[in-house]
Amino acid sequence: MSAPGVDSILSVDGVWKFYGDYPALRDVSLSLGKGKCLALIGRNGAGKTTLLRILAGFSKPGKGSVSIVGLEPRSTEARRRIGFIGHGISVYDELSASENLRLFAKLYGLPASAATDLLERVGLTRVKDGLVREFSRGMRQRLAIARAFLHEPSVLLLDEPFTSLDDRAIGVLQQLLRSARNRGASVIMSTHQLREAFELASDVALLDRGNLAFAGPRTDEMLSDPGWIYAHYADPA
Amino acid sequence: MQTLRSVFTVAHKDLRSELRSKEAINASFSFALVILLIFSFAFDPTAEDTRRIAGGLLWVVFAFAGALILNRSFAREVPNDCLDALIATPIPAYALFLGKAIASFLLLLAVELVCLPIFGIFYNVRWAVQFLPLLLTLALGTWAMTMIGTAFSALTVNIRLRELMLPVLLYPVLMPALIGAIELTTNLLNGEMLSGNNITFLKLLIGFDIIYTALSVALIETVLVG
Repeated sequence: MSAPGVDSILSVDGVWKFYGDYPALRDVSLSLGKGKCLALIGRNGAGKTTLLRILAGFSKPGKGSVSIVGLEPRSTEARRRIGFIGHGISVYDELSASENLRLFAKLYGLPASAATDLLERVGLTRVKDGLVREFSRGMRQRLAIARAFLHEPSVLLLDEPFTSLDDRAIGVLQQLLRSARNRGASVIMSTHQLREAFELASDVALLDRGNLAFAGPRTDEMLSDPGWIYAHYADPA
Repeated sequence: MQTLRSVFTVAHKDLRSELRSKEAINASFSFALVILLIFSFAFDPTAEDTRRIAGGLLWVVFAFAGALILNRSFAREVPNDCLDALIATPIPAYALFLGKAIASFLLLLAVELVCLPIFGIFYNVRWAVQFLPLLLTLALGTWAMTMIGTAFSALTVNIRLRELMLPVLLYPVLMPALIGAIELTTNLLNGEMLSGNNITFLKLLIGFDIIYTALSVALIETVLVG
């Protein structure tokens, strides 16, 4: 983790989020440096998805502030730099693979060739004109990954990205994540798959019932025993 | 320029999706046809009755059939969480809204234009006498319905009873435009020219369209993101 403001590409400052009276996030503050990868972990209902959705600009914090590359997440420039993978595949069943990616390429102001390149990288060139509704689950997942990486985002927000992916889609995602990090992109991924996450992550944040229970660099203890962080920092109840 | 391109990209996407699935347009057209048929047999209107109720009958059909198309406007984005992907793009929320509104407007106008000759046959009405003013009235009334309907479609997209909520919210707000459109349509179908009182109704429709287009465009970011 980086000190706020110093080479920090993402900063969360005193964020609270309420659903009715229930605080889903309680005074969460963290920051992430350029090129870093943060594993955001926590049990179900800890607030991981809520935090990612606030970072992506899909909802606003009740209190506190968030900035991405120094900008408010809903600003046009911040949205150009954010890539998001959520729980859904976020592509259209009635359109072909190629039409889906060309649609998003146009909305990001990119040339159509960007869509063609990505289709090749995720191995969907052969079926580019097939409707997504006729695709297998694995092909749909690879198209969803291609959609998120299409505009070469400098901040990737991934909500449980490896959940229910097949082997080939996991390979594609890992390869795209590696090349994104090589060009200096920062990654935040929420996950329950601790071992895989710790292998990729440079930093770890643990959310526990909306509180930030731990935030810091990933250590060797975490790698050797993924349950270590819960044993030391999470409320056992 | 980029914003305008985004509007047409979203509209094109919605039209292409709808023309492939035909979910909303088939339901809307079938519903309109059935209502026209039922009213025709249930009331067996005389020429005098038809002269009085023509505009009202048509707009009742268009309003109910329209709700089926407008419901799908943002609901189309729900199944694969596509709305998140659209909101995440750098296009302004109003470009997304206007793209969706234009697609719904064109679909609804197509249903209306197909219904007109059917209405003429069932009710023995010479609907093409004032065709251009009638087309203008349909366009203005449909735009009003589309603006409010698309905004409420965005507002209700995440609630379970959205199919029920949309008409409940839509029709009361739409009432002034519906009254203007009904009066104007009735008069035009009776062969009146676009003058006198009809100009007043036309101004009402134009004013309504301007106000609700501006309101929807101004508020849609809040509706979608909070």
